Amino acid sequence: MSLTGRVHKFGSDVDTDAIIPARYLNTSDPAELAKHCMEDADPSFPSRVKQGDIIVADKNFGCGSSREHAPIAIKAAGVSCVIARSFARIFYRNAINIGLPILECPRCVDEVQEGDTLEVDLRQGEIRNLSRGKTYLAEPFPAFMQEIIDKGGLINYVKEKVK
Amino acid sequence: MGMTITEKILAKHAGKEEVHPGELLNCRVDVVLGNDVTTPVAIDEFEKLGVDRVFDPNRIVLVPDHFTPNKDIKSAEQAKRMRDFAQKYGIVNYFEIGRMGIEHCLLPQEGLVLPGELIIGADSHTCTYGALGAFSTGVGSTDMAAAMATGEAWFRVPETIKFVFYGELPPYVSGKDLILRVIGDIGVDGARYMAMEFAGPVIDSLSMDNRFTMANMAIEAGGKNGIIAPDEITLNYVRSRNKREYTLYYSDPDARYAEIREYDVTGMEPLVALPHLPENTKNVSEVAGITIDQVVIGSCTNGRMEDLEIAAEILRGKKVHPETRLIIFPGTQEIYLEALRKGLIEIFIEAGAAVSTPTCGPCLGGHMGILARGERALATTNRNFVGRMGDPGSEVYLSSPAVAAASAIKGAITPPWEVK
Ligand code: SF4
Repeated sequence: MSLTGRVHKFGSDVDTDAIIPARYLNTSDPAELAKHCMEDADPSFPSRVKQGDIIVADKNFGCGSSREHAPIAIKAAGVSCVIARSFARIFYRNAINIGLPILECPRCVDEVQEGDTLEVDLRQGEIRNLSRGKTYLAEPFPAFMQEIIDKGGLINYVKEKVK
Repeated sequence: MGMTITEKILAKHAGKEEVHPGELLNCRVDVVLGNDVTTPVAIDEFEKLGVDRVFDPNRIVLVPDHFTPNKDIKSAEQAKRMRDFAQKYGIVNYFEIGRMGIEHCLLPQEGLVLPGELIIGADSHTCTYGALGAFSTGVGSTDMAAAMATGEAWFRVPETIKFVFYGELPPYVSGKDLILRVIGDIGVDGARYMAMEFAGPVIDSLSMDNRFTMANMAIEAGGKNGIIAPDEITLNYVRSRNKREYTLYYSDPDARYAEIREYDVTGMEPLVALPHLPENTKNVSEVAGITIDQVVIGSCTNGRMEDLEIAAEILRGKKVHPETRLIIFPGTQEIYLEALRKGLIEIFIEAGAAVSTPTCGPCLGGHMGILARGERALATTNRNFVGRMGDPGSEVYLSSPAVAAASAIKGAITPPWEVK
């Protein structure tokens, strides 16, 4: 599966309060959450983000709370993939569980600029920077996580087990 | 080769003799926790599974603490969804308003989480229960949903960093200051994906309340769990409360650690974490004099009895500064009642503080103490991210209850010894 989108760049330690502030957590409606996605990191993000866009961030993306509303808001805002130097543990887990594609790729984070267009091959972990003609390789997922991703998230994976 | 306490608990719950860092395990869970923000999302996912019962109605704990007592109609609907779910599936440990508390103060108090157990909660501060010698970690709502159905969850066995504290703990230096020191040292991702084991003579003599504070903030260093080996202090706390039998685990002398870091606490000062990351720590005397609009004492980090006692000791007979607001949140109804009986609540009210029923309220900028643009708070909570307690243009500083109480009196960040 391959995705193409424009890059929005963020720095280190983007926390879950920046991704979706708690003041909006009195709902879990994805469309409502998407309206405030990344608001406290960049107030213009919800109005600028387009279907398929890609977030590229530095280390420890998604640190803080366990709120699944964070990857849900990002996904519902139309973001096709998040690439970071590293992810905070619960965010990483939640993204895989809900089927938001994420990749860890330090070189990509170093070289990609705001507004670049990337083409991402999730299966191979290959990221092509169409704006700069470069290719980066992301860390592959362990087989078990790949299985959850292939099933479309944890619930589909568990569904077969509880039958 | 020896194993750490974290590895032993994970191995036991995966039905294995031995496990190694990096290994992926499917584990049986003892307790699954959710709150009014995360449970509605979990219910949506649970319903997709098409099962008609939960794995064990005794081992799911639901606590409406974040936006309760309901702050608005939307919050009321979320709380109601959780309440209806609890009724439908016969969840034994659902705690209604008036009988509840902040989840991470409440579960240990009720004896629902015990040494040697494996606990997951759809709340990042679930790591608090590691103070009891349990493996306890935060997960998302989908994990919660899957575990409510199956009683299982997957884990990657973490490497462990051991933090050893020795020396003589100075007056007013608390568990909060020790954990802030660690976070200031290794940073907010310094223990990412890792277990944090706290040990050494200083930890051995630390009270349960202070240990809970330390384990609570493991997540603020990116940790998967924080853990303290059980001892006599743990058992004294657990004995009168436990609802089940439990097992004690200890790290082997030859257990493998990714790293061992040592801290001499002699001569340490209380610390304050500056906006907007818990790693921005400074000695209290370095930041003394910074004016404060609002002081918050409470939360799952510092809303326990000892926290209120030290605050009352400092506030007794004093007044909150005229230009500062002080809001105090006991962690549970039991703590609230004990504080009332001991006369602490009277001290707080006479000092000019607002005392609230237990709720997460201001800690996450939910309700009951939101900050306006340009306002500055000093809180005994655990996070000071941008917008955490209100407007993105407000600021949060973090400290112990002693520093918070002293600062409320002066209206500015103040070392506790200056108000005696
Ligand atoms: S008190 Fe604060 S940190 Fe603790 S559970 Fe509530 S919102 Fe989370």
